Amino acid sequence: MMQAPAVAEDPQRLEEFVARIARDESIEPKDWMPERYRKQLIRMMAQHAHSEVVGMLPEGNWITRAPSLRRKMILLAKVQDEGGHGLYIYCGAETLGVDRHDLVQELLDGKAKYSSIFNYPTLTWADMGAIGWLVDGAAIVNQTMLAKASYGPYARAMVRICKEENFHKRQGYEIMATLARGTRAQRAMAQESLNRWWWPSLMMFGPHDKDSPNSEELTRWGIKRKSNDELRQRFVNLTIAQVKAIGLTVPDADLTYDEASGDWKTGPIDWDEFWRVVKGNGPCNKERLAARQKAHDDGAWVREAALVYADKQAGRSTEAA
Amino acid sequence: MSSPDRSWPLWEVFTQGKDGEPHQHAGSVHATDAEHALQNARDTYARRNEGVSLWVVPSAAITASTPEDMGPFFDPANDKAYRHPQFYKVPKGVKVF
Repeated sequence: MMQAPAVAEDPQRLEEFVARIARDESIEPKDWMPERYRKQLIRMMAQHAHSEVVGMLPEGNWITRAPSLRRKMILLAKVQDEGGHGLYIYCGAETLGVDRHDLVQELLDGKAKYSSIFNYPTLTWADMGAIGWLVDGAAIVNQTMLAKASYGPYARAMVRICKEENFHKRQGYEIMATLARGTRAQRAMAQESLNRWWWPSLMMFGPHDKDSPNSEELTRWGIKRKSNDELRQRFVNLTIAQVKAIGLTVPDADLTYDEASGDWKTGPIDWDEFWRVVKGNGPCNKERLAARQKAHDDGAWVREAALVYADKQAGRSTEAA
Repeated sequence: MSSPDRSWPLWEVFTQGKDGEPHQHAGSVHATDAEHALQNARDTYARRNEGVSLWVVPSAAITASTPEDMGPFFDPANDKAYRHPQFYKVPKGVKVF
């Protein structure tokens, strides 16, 4: 699905740009780029940064109730990392000529999207395990691909993020493995959590390639290097062995191993559910945005005080001079 | 005068990974002044000892060459192969130079 460009691009510059993408060159902020490339990157990076920030909420929910000091320190560090990831990507997006402030406002106004996975509730401690293991695990598969994206600042932010995500995934899997070898109730808690997070995790990769409105263009610009379905398959193949290793099962009666391709084939994904959550009618969409808005409002006095202090200091140093 | 929604200025962050290494660009942060920028840079880019030293520079203070300059600006370096050791032939008998 190709959208007509809002402005007619200079055909010669466009041709040179396409050739640069074909040569796998890295596009840098000051380089000429087609408007569609800039627009798609801003949309995608903003959506990615928002996902990191909103992603702090479901886990933040459990910080005060972590079962030990060790787990609490780990969870605090992980949630702080997610905030940091949001900042890396906002700063990458700003190199395209937008202001972070405006991007955040679009999120608060409900105009920008973020990953739908964060619209599901975190009901038990095992969900901290499932999120780290599955949600961050899926994010690693996606972000490892994006670390080769054609836009330099985005790719570099992804390299940094991928290094940190590995800790996130490990700590989550450790939580699940610990529960899985615990009491019968702990084991049931782990299984119940896996049952709830499995399908939404597979949906994180987005619709099937044929139903994905932006995939063709993102691939053409060298931003995406693999299709949604390829990435999803890679995640499934990696994860099934990990599920078996801790003696749990995925909630999919149709799961089969395909000898010829070496792939685990899953049953059908409920795309109606996916679109329902994307369109704002998931279990926690309203709650997440309300929490973000509250945090933004509660922080207003801090932002204002910092500005007033800086103005005052600047005034003082001019007076002294 | 100060609206809480006025954006904080942008600073570029450079981190030195280890003693003796050069400072490298890590990314940017928003902050109201230099001290604030250093603290934000530490929290954003050095949570895992990625830096033993940090520099922050107001983004507006950086002057950069432009991509259009690429050809003519760097031209003087293109035709001086004699600046590289490979330009020179060493007599065969010399094993270690």
